Amino acid sequence: MSDVKKFLYVNRKQPYGTIYALESLEVVLIGAAFEQDVSLAFVDDGVYQLTKGQDPSGIGMKNFSPTYTALGDYDINKIYVEKESLEARGLTIDDLQHLTWEDEDEDWAEKDSIRVVSASEMAEIMDQQDVVLSF
Amino acid sequence: MKFGILINEGPYQHQASDSAYKFIEAALEAGHEIFRVFFYHDGVNNSTRYTVPPQDDRNIQVRWSELAAKHDLDLVVCIAAAQRRGILDENEAKRQGKDGDNIAPGFRISGLGQLIEAGIQADRLVTFGD
Amino acid sequence: MAILHTVNKSPFERDALESCLKHALAGSSVLLFEDGVAAAVDGTAYADQIKGVMENVSLFVLGEDLKARGLGEHKLIDGITVVDYKGFVELAAKNDSVQSWL
Repeated sequence: MSDVKKFLYVNRKQPYGTIYALESLEVVLIGAAFEQDVSLAFVDDGVYQLTKGQDPSGIGMKNFSPTYTALGDYDINKIYVEKESLEARGLTIDDLQHLTWEDEDEDWAEKDSIRVVSASEMAEIMDQQDVVLSF
Repeated sequence: MKFGILINEGPYQHQASDSAYKFIEAALEAGHEIFRVFFYHDGVNNSTRYTVPPQDDRNIQVRWSELAAKHDLDLVVCIAAAQRRGILDENEAKRQGKDGDNIAPGFRISGLGQLIEAGIQADRLVTFGD
Repeated sequence: MAILHTVNKSPFERDALESCLKHALAGSSVLLFEDGVAAAVDGTAYADQIKGVMENVSLFVLGEDLKARGLGEHKLIDGITVVDYKGFVELAAKNDSVQSWL
């Protein structure tokens, strides 16, 4: 019997103001070794976690945003970003990092990991999960 | 039902630790199993034995240690979060060259894999946080 | 799947309840507990939004948290079911998974 469960990590908070963004990413990376069916959801203020050009040197913190680009190497390529959350914040997908993964079933073709979805699509995605981790 | 419990906040500051405790009590009373209680983020602060709360209020750390002993619960403190916040057991203290350790009875320090395992093995994972 | 959504923060402090209600599908349940119980009281600025989803989503509130906040005798939104910790556990077991909106 397969032990593979659908895991969803829900991110709703900005990076740097609290530690949840950083420490939840650490769970995702460790969790990758367990070969479950992993998705990440960025909703509400969570969309800020993926912005490009982060420079926290002025606030004395370490820039951990490059770590998101490694997710593809860990077979984590279902990254859902909520459209309404972006729009409410005056952001578009162009403000976010370009995260990719290489599909070994298609000759290692590079594909986009981020999928912008509506709130109702996000609700359907959430409904399908076996385990939801919120931080 | 096997429950996995994730506690993201420290004692007293947020209600998370209290809510989790009451939930676990009720679950055990109903005959369910608690697969693991995982303490992450500031939740690791539930495991220091050096708290001295007022006598007329609940002692959150002691309450956890006693519940763990009574029901043989697996209370796991995330090592990465613990290192950031200064929660050490004897081994960690030696490894890190610190002059003491502070972890309370019934808690053990381990990796994030224990949380993922709880998600896989338990029937339900319930998160208490902020 | 039938999900139990939990909301532990006040809607006056945090957008967790609003976000939860936007994502809770028909057939799911929402439990208000800790500071989230503020939303269960009738006549708040959020009452209409909550009543709106209750056709499809079951609403629950933790009685102990209401009482703690002096709201134990207040009129709640019609149709919200008060549960205790035992009921919280039952909801978690009865539904397929639990999603916490923090």
